[in-house]
Amino acid sequence: MIGTLMTGFGVWNPLIWVIVIAVALLFSWLLWRCGEADYEENTEQTTPYLSGNAEPEKGDVHIRAGNMYWGFTAALKAYYSRLIPLHSGIVNDYVSWFLIGVVVLFVVVILV
Amino acid sequence: MIANLPFIAVALLIGIAFAMILLKRNMIKMIMGLGILEGAVNLFLVSLGYREDGIAPIFTGAPADAAMVMPTVQALTLTNIVIGVATTALMLVFVMLIYKKYGTVNANEMRRLKE
Amino acid sequence: MNADVLFANLPALLIAVPLFGAFLTPVFGRFLPKVRDAWVIFASFVSSAVALLLAAKVYAQGAIVYVFGAAPGTGAVPVDSGGIPIRILFNIDGFGAFMLVSAAIVSFAVILYLTVSQSRRSSRSEFYALYLLLVAGVFGMVSTGDMFNFFVFLEINSLAASALIAYHRNGGLAAEGALKYLIVNTVGSLMILFAIGLLYAQYNSLNMAVIANQLSLTTLNLLALVLFIAGLATKAGAVPFHFATPDAYSVAPSGVTALMIVASQAGLYGMFRILFSVYGGVFTSATVGWIVIVLGVLSMFIGVTMAIPQKDIKRLLSYHAVSQTGYMLLGVGVALAVLGDVTLTNAFGQMAMEGGLFHIINHAMYKGLLFLAVGAVIYRTGVWNLNEMGGLGHKMKWTMIFFLIGALAIAGIPPFNGFASKLMIYESTFAFNPAVAIIAMVVSVLTLASFMKVFHSVFMGPELPEYAGVREVPKRMLAGMAILAVFVVAFGLVPDLVVDTLITPAADALLHQGQYVLSVLGGGL
Repeated sequence: MIGTLMTGFGVWNPLIWVIVIAVALLFSWLLWRCGEADYEENTEQTTPYLSGNAEPEKGDVHIRAGNMYWGFTAALKAYYSRLIPLHSGIVNDYVSWFLIGVVVLFVVVILV
Repeated sequence: MIANLPFIAVALLIGIAFAMILLKRNMIKMIMGLGILEGAVNLFLVSLGYREDGIAPIFTGAPADAAMVMPTVQALTLTNIVIGVATTALMLVFVMLIYKKYGTVNANEMRRLKE
Repeated sequence: MNADVLFANLPALLIAVPLFGAFLTPVFGRFLPKVRDAWVIFASFVSSAVALLLAAKVYAQGAIVYVFGAAPGTGAVPVDSGGIPIRILFNIDGFGAFMLVSAAIVSFAVILYLTVSQSRRSSRSEFYALYLLLVAGVFGMVSTGDMFNFFVFLEINSLAASALIAYHRNGGLAAEGALKYLIVNTVGSLMILFAIGLLYAQYNSLNMAVIANQLSLTTLNLLALVLFIAGLATKAGAVPFHFATPDAYSVAPSGVTALMIVASQAGLYGMFRILFSVYGGVFTSATVGWIVIVLGVLSMFIGVTMAIPQKDIKRLLSYHAVSQTGYMLLGVGVALAVLGDVTLTNAFGQMAMEGGLFHIINHAMYKGLLFLAVGAVIYRTGVWNLNEMGGLGHKMKWTMIFFLIGALAIAGIPPFNGFASKLMIYESTFAFNPAVAIIAMVVSVLTLASFMKVFHSVFMGPELPEYAGVREVPKRMLAGMAILAVFVVAFGLVPDLVVDTLITPAADALLHQGQYVLSVLGGGL
C-alpha cells in the first residue's frame, strides 16, 4: 500500500493517520454545528469579559516570549550557568575549541 | 635529517600560527596568524613534491632518465595561494567594517553576538 | 549542438551554468537592470534543472564518472599514466545525486523569495552573483571525486557564504558574524588541506577512489581522518565546532540562511564521503562510529538547550539547525559503528543510515521554510526580538500557516516529513543503544516546546497596535515558501516512495565502498 514505511521494527502509514484525523475533524465540526447560532460579530459579544473590569491594553495581555520557559531555565540553572558563558562570542575561543576537539578526537582514535 | 628540514619548519610554523590565532586579541594580528598557517600548509604541500636532484617537470629537452619534482603539488600550492589571498582580503574587509562601527579591532570587544 | 551532447556533459554544466549565471548577473545589472531579476531566476532555474536531470540520470543508470578533458570512451584512467587517474573527475553516485536534489529544490525556492525580499536593498547584482556562486560551490562539493577539487569548492562555499552573510551591514553585526564564520571555517579548511597533503604524500594521488583502494589504518591516516572530521564538522556546525554557526546564521539575510543550511550539509556530505567511501574499508572497531554518535548527541542536546532561552528569533532557529544536524550524525554514526558487521547492518544499520540521510533532505526543506517564514515576518516588521512580537497571525495568515508546517515538521509531529525520518532514527538507534534513542526523543520534545514558544509569541495573541500596518508579504515570497512547504507535506505523506527512490540508493552508495572504488578504477587496478 502506498505510504507504508517499514522502519525495520514497525510500520508507519501517514495516509491512515490523515484519514483518522480527517474523521476526528469531521466529528468535531458536527459537534460544533450543534452549538448556539446567535453569535454576532462587532457587538459586545466579542469583547473579553473580565469580571466587569475595563479591558487592558492589547500589548499587556499578550504573553511575551521572555516569560515562557522561565521555570525550565531556572530549574536547570546549574547547567545553563556553565553552558551559556562558553558561547563567549570571542573568536579566539572558537578556534581553541576547534583545537581541543581535534586533540581529543585524535587521542580517542589512537588510544581506543 | 636535512631532507626533513622543511617538515620541521612546517611544524614550527603551524605552532607559531596557532599560538598567534589563540593568543592575539588584535584581529589584524590574528589574521596574520591565519596567513602564517596558510603559508605552513603551502610549504608542506610543495615540499611533498620534492625529489632529490629533481628538475622542473618539463619533458621538452629533458634528459631521458632525469628525476623530476612532482608538478601536482605545485599546482595545488598555487591554487591555495590564490584562495588564501581572497580569504585574507575578505577577512580584512570585515575587520575594517567592524572597526568603522565598533571603533575597535580587539576580539574581546567584538562580541555583540554571543550566548 | 544536439541534446545528446548536452546530456552527456551534464556534470560540466552543473558547475558551468551557475558560474555563467553568476558572472553575467552584474552585466545585466549594469546594462539591463529591468531584466536582471528575471535573469537570476532563470539562471537558478536552469542550474536546478541541470542538477535534477543529472540526479535522475544517476538514479536511472547508476554512478556517473565524468572526466574533465578526456576524449569520450577513454575513461578515468589514461593509458599512458601507469594506471593512475591523474585527471580531474566528477564522481556522482546515489549519495551525490541525493544531495543535488536537495540543493536544487532549496536554491530555486530561495531565489524566488530573495528577488522580492532584497528589492529594497542596494547593489543587488553582486548579491545574486554571490548567491549563484554559493550554489556552484555546493553543487561542486557534492559531485567531485577529487580531494583537492573538494577543497576548492569548500573554499568557494565559505567565501561566498561569508560575503553573503555580511551583505547588509546591520550596524557592524553582520560583518562580525561573517568574520567569525570565515575565520573558523578557514582554519577548518586549511586543516582539511593539510590532511589531503598527508594522504597525497603516501599515495601520490588526490582521487578519493584511488586513495580508498590503497588506504591502511596508520597513525598518519588517523590524524588525517581526525582533521577531516573536525574541519567538516566545523562547516556542518556540530558541537563542539558549532560556535560560529549561530553567530553567522542569525545575522545573514533570511533567504541566505535557508541556502546556508544546504551549504553546511555539503560539509556533512564531505564528512560521510570521507568516512564511508574513503576510510570505510579499513575500520576494525566501532570507535570512529561512536565518535560520530557522540558528536551527534552533543549537537542535539546542546543545540536544543541553547535554543530554549534565546530571544533573537533567528538565533533560536540557528541553534535548532545545530540540534537537527545532530540527528543526521546520530543516524549515520550508528551505521558507521556497525559497518563491518553484515548482520547488524541488515538489522538496523541500514535503517539508521537511511533515517539520517532522509533527515538531511527533510531538514533542508523545513528549516529552509522556517527561515523564509521568519524572514517574511522580519521583512514586514523589521523586528528580530521575540519579546517585541505578537499577534502577527491576524495579518500574515499564509506566513503563519507555512511557519506552522515547518514548526510541526521540525518537532517531529505526524504526518509531516520530520516525523518519518525521526521515527526511522529512533527505532534503529534503539536497537543499537536505547540510551541514545531516549536522548533523541527528549531533544524532540524540547524542540516542540521551543517552537510552541516561538509560534505563540510571534503569531498568537491579540493584534498589537504597533503592528497595525503590517500586511502579508508579496506573492513571490509566498511562492518560495510554498514550494518548500509542498515538499515538507509530500515527503511526510509518502515517505516510503521517497525512501525507496531517493534514500536507499544514497545509503547503498555509502555502504558499498567497493562499488565507489570500482566506478572510477574499473577493472584497471
